[in-house]
Amino acid sequence: MAKTKAQAKVKAVKPALVVDDAKQEESLEGTVLYNVPFPKDLKQLKGMAPIIIKHPYHIDYVHSYGQDSPFFAGLANKKLLATRCPKCGYTYATPKLHCMWDGAECNWVELPETGTIHCFTVCHFGSEEFLKETPFILALIEFEGANTRFLTRLIGFDPNQASLDWIGMKVKPKFKRLSKFKPTDVYFVPA
Amino acid sequence: MRPVYLVSGGVSKFAKARPDVTFQPMVKEAYDYALKDVGISQKRFTEIADGSVASYFSDHFQRQLMSGIMVQDYLGLCPKPSHRVEGGGATGGLCLQEAWKAVASGYMDVCVAYGFETMSHVQTWKGNEFIALASDVSFDYPVGGFYSGYYAMMVTRHMKEYGTTVEQMAAVSVKNHMNAYHNPYAQKRDRLTIADVRNSPMVAWPLTRRDICVMSDGAAACIVASEDGLRKLEKAARTTFKPLVKITGIGRGTDAMRMADRPHLQVPLFPWEEPYQDLKYPGVHSFRAGRTASIQAYRHAGITNPLEQIDFVELHDAYTSSEIQTYEDMGLCRYGEGGPFAASGAAFLPNVDYGLDFPGEVGKCPVNPSGGLIACGHPVGATGLMQAVFALWQLQGTVKKHFGDGKLQVKGAKRGAIHSHAGTGTYVTVSILQRA
Ligand SMILES: [Zn+2]
Repeated sequence: MAKTKAQAKVKAVKPALVVDDAKQEESLEGTVLYNVPFPKDLKQLKGMAPIIIKHPYHIDYVHSYGQDSPFFAGLANKKLLATRCPKCGYTYATPKLHCMWDGAECNWVELPETGTIHCFTVCHFGSEEFLKETPFILALIEFEGANTRFLTRLIGFDPNQASLDWIGMKVKPKFKRLSKFKPTDVYFVPA
Repeated sequence: MRPVYLVSGGVSKFAKARPDVTFQPMVKEAYDYALKDVGISQKRFTEIADGSVASYFSDHFQRQLMSGIMVQDYLGLCPKPSHRVEGGGATGGLCLQEAWKAVASGYMDVCVAYGFETMSHVQTWKGNEFIALASDVSFDYPVGGFYSGYYAMMVTRHMKEYGTTVEQMAAVSVKNHMNAYHNPYAQKRDRLTIADVRNSPMVAWPLTRRDICVMSDGAAACIVASEDGLRKLEKAARTTFKPLVKITGIGRGTDAMRMADRPHLQVPLFPWEEPYQDLKYPGVHSFRAGRTASIQAYRHAGITNPLEQIDFVELHDAYTSSEIQTYEDMGLCRYGEGGPFAASGAAFLPNVDYGLDFPGEVGKCPVNPSGGLIACGHPVGATGLMQAVFALWQLQGTVKKHFGDGKLQVKGAKRGAIHSHAGTGTYVTVSILQRA
């Protein structure tokens, strides 16, 4: 997927029209070729340019959330669930069915209604799947009473005003009305 | 365990794309170089070699399963034993250590470690998607899977915790690109300023394009041998190899795949290190796997003061931020001092002009004298082996011979450390190489 927005910034030290590594974005659209020129003399073959072809590969996976399924059912019902170890009390804000300290099977519990930003970034580029959503904000959220954190999208912060001051700010979850059964069914906004 | 020697190595020129060859001949370029450098023909070497270990990360990039065996047969190494190792970005480091194990244990006398990656078969943003599949596909990937984003989150925490600055990170980029200027194998050989790094397009705040390594096609190969293996190789070459380089320390560590799961504990201390007050460790700001690997490798090699006893380090700088975090994990400075250490000059080469002023002693322990991943490129399965080859040449004092330019030679280097690192610090290896 081609990204259309300008990818290069003007360097201060150079004339205004000179950009760092200016280029047109490559795309995989193209024509089908059914033959290529061939030399009479086979010795010339080693000087031949490589033949490069397109090789599509599409798959639909059947992915089960398995033991983590209750978490996604929780999101669909506007509840943010964690797991807690009955033995040591360690609380996993991103659920883990078995405790990593003692191996005990954890129970499902609800997380508090607000959390704080532990760290974040603004993605101006991304993997192909998310490129069209840039710029977006990723953050790990910490919760009172939970020992681990939760990865989410932050909404309601200006991606062009990124600041370390965001770390420690209070945020609260919001849930998508129409669940997609993805961890993005929840996102966080300023509390 | 028996003594283990790193005898020879070779690296293909790393490039954005190598459409002129498929991966097998690309590995052969590195392999042939390693054989030529010790003056042994392929036919003769095949008679001596006991087996190999193959290193490559992704089956997705090539859409080819079992690429390893296709290299094994192209190099004429069938039917000798071999296996593939895979551990994300640390695959190459793991591969070298598997070859070390094969030799140290007495299973083999001569073992080849070869690695490669061809990342040009998909476009950059699809490649980023493949790499991001090395994060939990239930909880992490769907939120916006992007490795630069993950490392950027780690560094915003490091900045908050310790006051690390983007200029300190940019100094790492200037250093590694400038070093690569003298390394003909490198992909990005650029003279940059701090301003160039900061004015480069923002990728994942605060990391710009110049804080981040590039994708590459490339290959590397190492020949590892026991003392008996060394004798066989010397006999075949009708010469004695000098100076010899030994692998004297091996260390590995791991951490949870989901960054959210990283605990808050005490720092695993080096025997000489003072404890830390109120530091929640590792969190997401430090790599517990890197510290664990360093402790093991230093203990194995008898290192008690890394900054004094290691002459140079080739470490996994997929991001400028991770080079700074790794200084701390490897004990080149204390936790929290990585930023000032980066700007101090200690990790720079004393005879290269970077256009920077340094407050401290320049070149106390040069880090990534080759240019590292940021400037050399990061064809994942080849990277850790590339570090081993560049470290070998440093310790042999043969940088000029191999680079055609001696500018990057660390004068009188006797001991080097190489550090290979996977996905947000999940697998890390540290190996110590020493002139025998
Ligand atoms: Zn427990």
